[in-house]
Formats: sequence, structure tokens, C-alpha cells
Amino acid sequence: MKLQSPGNFRNTTSYISDRLLPKLVLAPTFVSTILFVYSFILWTAWISFTKSKMLPRYELEGLVQYIKLFANDRWWVASKNLLIFGSLFITICTILGLLLAIFLDQKIRIEGALRTIFLYPMALSFIVTGTVWKWILNPSHGVEKLMQDMGFSSFHFDWLVNSDMAIYTVVIAGVWQSTGFVMALFLAGLRGIDDSIIKAAQIDGASLPRIYTRIIIPSLRPVFFSTVMILSHIAIKSFDLVVALTGGGPGYSSDVPATFMYSFAFTRGRLGMGAASSMVMFGAVLAIIIPYLYSELRSRDNG
Amino acid sequence: MGNYSLSQGNHKSVAMIFFRTAIYVILIITAIYFLIPLLIMIFTSLKSMDDIRTGNLISLPREISFDAWKSAWDSSCIGVTCEGIKGYFWNSMKITVPAVLISTFIGAANGYVFSKWKFRGSEVLFSILLLGCFIPFQIILLPMAKMLGTIGLAQTIQGLILVHIIYGLAFTTLFFRNFYVTIPQDLVNAAKIDGAGFFRIFFKIMLPVSIPIFVVCIIWQTTQIWNDFLFGVVFSSGETQPVTVALNNLVNTSTGVKKYNVDMAAAIIAALPTLAVYIIAGKYFLRGLTAGSVKG
Amino acid sequence: MASLTIENVKKQFGTVEVLKDISIDIAHGEFLVLVGPSGCGKSTLLNLIAGLETISSGTIKIGDRDVTSIAPKDRDIAMVFQSYALYPNMNVRKNISFGLETRKIPKPQIEQQVTKVAAMLQIESLLDRKPAQLSGGQRQRVAMGRALARDPSIFLFDEPLSNLDAKLRVEMRAEIKMLHQKVGTTIVYVTHDQIEAMTLADRIAIMKDGVLEQFGMPREIYNNPASMFVAGFIGSPSMNFISGEIIEHDGELQFPLDAQNGERCHMPLKDLCVNPHTLAKRTVVLGIRPEQISAFSSTDQGNSSVYKLTCPVQITEPTGPDTLVFVQINNQKTTCRIHPDKAVLPGESMALGFDLSKAILFDPKTEKRIH
Repeated sequence: MKLQSPGNFRNTTSYISDRLLPKLVLAPTFVSTILFVYSFILWTAWISFTKSKMLPRYELEGLVQYIKLFANDRWWVASKNLLIFGSLFITICTILGLLLAIFLDQKIRIEGALRTIFLYPMALSFIVTGTVWKWILNPSHGVEKLMQDMGFSSFHFDWLVNSDMAIYTVVIAGVWQSTGFVMALFLAGLRGIDDSIIKAAQIDGASLPRIYTRIIIPSLRPVFFSTVMILSHIAIKSFDLVVALTGGGPGYSSDVPATFMYSFAFTRGRLGMGAASSMVMFGAVLAIIIPYLYSELRSRDNG
Repeated sequence: MGNYSLSQGNHKSVAMIFFRTAIYVILIITAIYFLIPLLIMIFTSLKSMDDIRTGNLISLPREISFDAWKSAWDSSCIGVTCEGIKGYFWNSMKITVPAVLISTFIGAANGYVFSKWKFRGSEVLFSILLLGCFIPFQIILLPMAKMLGTIGLAQTIQGLILVHIIYGLAFTTLFFRNFYVTIPQDLVNAAKIDGAGFFRIFFKIMLPVSIPIFVVCIIWQTTQIWNDFLFGVVFSSGETQPVTVALNNLVNTSTGVKKYNVDMAAAIIAALPTLAVYIIAGKYFLRGLTAGSVKG
Repeated sequence: MASLTIENVKKQFGTVEVLKDISIDIAHGEFLVLVGPSGCGKSTLLNLIAGLETISSGTIKIGDRDVTSIAPKDRDIAMVFQSYALYPNMNVRKNISFGLETRKIPKPQIEQQVTKVAAMLQIESLLDRKPAQLSGGQRQRVAMGRALARDPSIFLFDEPLSNLDAKLRVEMRAEIKMLHQKVGTTIVYVTHDQIEAMTLADRIAIMKDGVLEQFGMPREIYNNPASMFVAGFIGSPSMNFISGEIIEHDGELQFPLDAQNGERCHMPLKDLCVNPHTLAKRTVVLGIRPEQISAFSSTDQGNSSVYKLTCPVQITEPTGPDTLVFVQINNQKTTCRIHPDKAVLPGESMALGFDLSKAILFDPKTEKRIH
């Protein structure tokens, strides 16, 4: 009557293997993270304190690269561009995305189709986005010609080749690509709001705009928070879009730190400078991401 | 959010109708704005160069021609070779498929451990891994290039596969870990008591219920790896470049007459796989986007 | 079938001690219920018995086998989970047979076992369904079927009824009891519901904050609770705790009951504890269950253990078979269980009979019983 398999009362080997296996499974990932992330960061940090040019040199020379970096006009242009691009990109994407989400949340009949349209740019690579916007903003054949054909003969639009304005074309393309994503985040947030709170406000006699400004939008605070975090992260790392759209030009007028780093490290053979600039980028990302991670991990109880 | 939207209420006043119409108008105009670049891309790619010079951005092609597509695919010049982007397209395929599959599978196993086989220190390990999601990749470019050179994988497709797997693991692990924590621990406990071990529980209990997250993760990784430019431009050259790098080179080749129609056709070709994924599996794409949104 | 011995078991999570030196011993075939409020450690203890968590110190024996450091699958146990934990991708048949297949039992024997269990639980018609297609009660049965099929030495139940609605819960409770009588296997059953504990158990272990407060048979625990916690936890409505200062009256120590309307009565301490003189002038807590306070009737006249006190009634709660009457005694709310015909309206006064034969005393500081 007792159902017993031959190995039922084995010793404790299976227990041990069930304790060992999880660690074995994680081992490759752990080793690769330590090697390819953490020790690489240390390597780059080390190089940033040397006078490496074409080839890495390992004699520490102190802050010389950082001093040169901060004395470099091109770096400051890149940093200023990032600030312009980042702040406009984040602000416009957030506002547009929120508005689109609120509008879409009004029981719109064609919501599915609209959502698909707003979001498809997110599936494209920044290179494709850059290519198409480069064509649209092309000074001789693009929007300028279109407007002139339509009768606005004095219309001029040369931002792409204007060193004061080139960075703003990156904003245009970036906003086009990422707004749909922000909308999706906000829409998910809106759908997650507890109905009964809103019903209670309606019963209290609050008007619709008031419900939005006083209850709904404030309760989206976490979504705002993560949106801004994600967008600023995208902004700091933005590289492809600038390369494809302006190539950092005219001159280096639309450079950002990511293109600066690439150019110094890989085309101009200034490893030390490249390493130093990537360390500064890393520091900026950490400053943004650590508070974000902290709050994420704290709020996410993982039982 | 249910029933408090602007359409709510039995009093369908004139103002309300006006309001709703305005919303529709705004949404549709925005939708057109989002669609126009795609349409322009398609129109331009179907025009001849004469047509482009005489027409404007949104003028329809006078006569539909697929010459630009053909040229983009196999005869346009990228750098010094004039064989179109087809080779680079297949490069991207050869990079994307193995990198996606391997990183997804390892991520699944990792996520399974981090959620269901926690051990002393596993949470710390997870945080260490997670931080890897957030680094700007610029910081690892130099040592990685050196390392690939050392192990003989510099400028190779295998090298790119390796890089994509390594830096994709944090995300795939995060995806699966977050999915598996929603599966009750009791399910694993029940299987343990039923006599199943680590792998049997993984293959018999966890994997069969993980199909949705597999789809999400595969779509996410496919989009990321296919659309990657940074790793492609740094770790490959010439023959081994992925399609994004080739597209950028094609567009920025300054010799000869600029063929905008070919540029656009090439851009569409480069975008087709991820667009197709998005159109076929949009729901999962969105889910991945929100779940993986930690990545910049 | 096997006995279960838990000796000096401790469990720490980090620096938090969730189980403090638990020892429990049951004979084979007994039905042990671990009961206590949430966070008392009862589920942790069950997981330790199952081997799902590792023990910090102490030993667990099933029969005479020390299983302390043996894997769950080698402990010869089966478990029914609160969430049922049915494998969602497998149909009912596979769910029941999975454990047997894992143990490489021959196919025909598995089939035979599945058929037998399905018949016992009347789930034959569900065998080809997936868990998602089952109702809560059906899932519960399948979960039990999965455990039964294994025919283990011990069944572990982790709050198996808490996800069912009230009516189904009562039904399944009776069914589990019948099942136990039929198969006679040792059972360890965790619940926070004292009624489940009372109705199912051969032995109850009441836990609080990781401490075993009392271990014994249900009646014993009901009648002789070791502490105010146990007394208050078991029984519904809860036992009344009336504190009062011992006075000396008529040459003996007495516990006073004051109805706050001039009416008082005094209960001789010698009827309540062994050494009344140690309590002189102290404040103690009198524990008396609501059913020991009833309408004073003529038959109580001659009964020396029943004391009469007329109290103003504050609120009444008719429950059907009884009416709960609330009065103030020693300025504390006191519940009395009265025959519905005898209850008076709120505001009126009522003569209540306090049956001292089962009343007990507690020390208000240690909350332990004074014998």
C-alpha cells in the first residue's frame, strides 16, 4: 500500500544540489557582471587618470585629463547642448505625453489605432529616426521647400545647418520618437487610479478640470518621477540620434557628451580624455539613477 | 478609470459635444503629425530623383518606382563597396537571433533563481546586477574594445553577439525576476514536496507559465539589439557591421549625388523587422517597454 | 503513518527570532492544529516541518527518523497550501500524478492511485480540466487529492480553508475531519480560526509571538487556559476578563463584583484558587466565559457555586440560539450569554447568575493563570 520509490529516502545529496544549483546558475552572470561592468568601470577610471593617447598607458598622472576636459571648449558646448536638449526633450515629452494620455483616456472610440500610431516611432532605431528627420529638415528639399511651394516664398528653415539651432532639431526628432512612450506610461498610470477616489470627488461636487488638477494628476506623481528619470537617462546616453541627424555638426555645434566621448576615444585617439568624459557621464547618470533605484527598490516589496 | 470621463453624465450639452469634438480633432492632428515622417519616408522611397527635385516632401510620387529599393538593397555604395545594405541586414540578423535567444534564456534562469531560490546574499547580487542596467555604455567601450581584441573577437559578428548578451543580461534577468515574483512561492513549494528538484521545477512548472514574459523579453531584446548603433559602430567594421551602422554610412556618404530616395528605402528596410514586430505583437511590445523602461 | 516530534526548535530570520524553543510531540494518527494570530510563527513552524525553510536549532523527527536536515521530498510528507498551489499548466490528473511521476512510481500504479483518490474526493469528472476552470471548492479538493495520492506519513495543511466562503468552509471542515477518520494519517493543520482548531483537532498548539503558549487537547485548553491570551483566543465570544482588588470580608479573602448600581457580590477566593492568602490586597483578573453568566433562576438558589448579581443591561445582541447581554461590572464591559427568552431590554436590570465552578484567576502582570 505504501508508495515508495527506490530512491525515496536518499541521503541529503539532493538537498545540497538544490542549494548549489541556484548559485551555479547565477555564476556566469555574476562573473560577467563583475568583469564586464565593474572591473571595466575601474579600468576606464584608471585610464582617465593617465596620459593615454592612442594606446592605454597605466602610469597615473592625476587629474590632468579632467583639467584638460574642463578646459576644452568642445566639452562645454557638448555639455551645454545636453542641458538644452535634455531639458527641452524632457519637458516637451512629459507635457505632450500627459496631455495625449488624458485625451486618450476619454473613452475615445479609435483609441487602439491612435495608440498604435503614437507609439510606433519607439520601434524605430534612432538612426532611422535621424535619417528621416534629416530628410524632412533638409534645407533645400525639405520643409523649407514645402512651405515655399505652398506660397510662403520667404519661409526659411535652416536649423539643420545652423550652428546655433542644430541642437533643436535633435529635440524635434527626439520628441517625435519618445512622446508616445511617455503617453503609454501615463495612460497606464491613469488606468491604475482607484475609481472610488474619483467617484467620491464627483459626489463631493468637484468639476472635471478640478478632479484632474487636484486628484488625478497629483496621484500620477510616481509616473512623473519615473518618466523624468527615464527620459533624462535617454538624454544623457543619446548618441545615435545626434550622429544620424547632425553628426554633431555643423562643426561641433551640436555635439553631446556621448558623441564627444566617441570622437575623442575612437577617432581622435585621445583615450585618456575619452575615458575622463565617460567618467563624468557616469557620474551624472549615477546622480540621477541612485535616488530612483533607491525609491524603486524600497517601494517594490518582493515578498 | 471607468466612468468619470468627459463623456460622462446624462446631460449631453452643446459644450460637451464641442469639447469632445475638440479632443478628437487634437488627437487626429497629432496622429497625422506622428504618421507624416513614415509617409514621407515611403513616398520618397518610391520617387525617382527627378521627381524629388521637382516635387516637395508631401507630394505623391508621379510614378511609383521601386528602383530606389532595389538599389538600397543590393547596389548602393556604402564606404568603398557598392553592394547595398543586404549584407548588413543579414549581419544584423546573425547578431540579433543568437544574442536574443541566449540572453533571454539565461535571463529566465537567473530570474528564476532570484525570485524562487533566494539564498543569503542573492538580493545583494541582484542589486549589483541591476546597477549594470543603468551605466552609460560609453564607460565600458574602451576596455571592451581592448578585451575583444585580446580574445580575438574584435570586429567580428561573434564579438558583437557576446557584447549584446553580456549587456542584455541585466534586463532579461530583471524581466523574468519581476515576472516570477508574481508566481506564488507555494507553487514551487508544492513541487518541492512533490519531489521535484531545481531543474524539474524550472522546466515543468515555471517555463510552461512563462510564455507571455518570453514574448515580452524576446521582443524587447530584438528591438534593442536590432536598433543598436553604439556597439555596432565601435565593435565592428566593414563587412561585419550591422544594418544601423550601414544605414548611417550610406546616408552620410558624401561622394556623388545624394540619392534621397535610396536613403529612405534603406531606412525603411532597416526599420522593417522591428516595425513588423511592433505591428504583430504591439501589446507585448508595450508591456516590454514599460517593464524595461529602466533602460535608456 | 508516523508520530511527529518537535524538539527545542528555534528559527531566526536575521536577528529576529520567529520561533522560540518550540517542543511538540504527537502520536501517530493524531490531528494537530497549530493556531494563533497572524505573525505568531505557526506557518513558519509548518514550513520547518515540511523542510521548506531551514531550522536554526533543534530537531524534528517523523516517526523515529530525524528529518531536520532532509529535503522536503525525502521527508515523506504531503502538503495542502492556502493558495492550493495547483500547477496551472497541468490538468487535474497531471496535478495529482506529478508527485508520483517525479518519484518514478510505475505507471499502472499511478493510474490506480489517481482513480482511487478521485473517487474518494468525488472529483472524477474534473480530471481533465485545468485548475483555471475549477471553482474554489473544487480546487481545494484537487489540492487535497494531490496530497492524498502520495499517501505520505504526515499531511500538512496550511490554512487550507481560508480562501473559501463561509458556507463552503464549514462543509470542507467536516470533510477534512471525515477524511482524517478514514485514512487515519497524522495531520498538522495551521489555521488562525479558533473554531477550526476546536472542531478538528485532537491536539491544539496555541502560539503567540513565536512562543508555544499552550499545547493540549481542545477541551483542556478551553477549560483550563494557561494564560489570558489563550483564554481570550479560544472561545467565541471571548472570555470576560474582570479585574478587581481582593478584599477581606467576613474573615476571608474575596473577589468583589460591583454592578455600579449599588449591587455587589463577593466571591470567596478559596473557590477560585489554591493559595488565596498569597493574593491579599492584590489586583487580579477574574476570567469567566459568557456562558457561565446566565439569567439567575430558582434552580440556582441551592447551588453554592452560583452567585447572584443584578445589573443594568446596556446592549443586547440576539444571535438566534442565545442573546448576548452586555453589562458593566467593576467598570468593565462584560458579556453574558442568556437564553433568548430570559433576556431583558437595554436599560432594564437583570438578575444574573455567575457560575464560579469554571471561573479562573489571572495575574494581570504576567497574564498567566493563578492556580
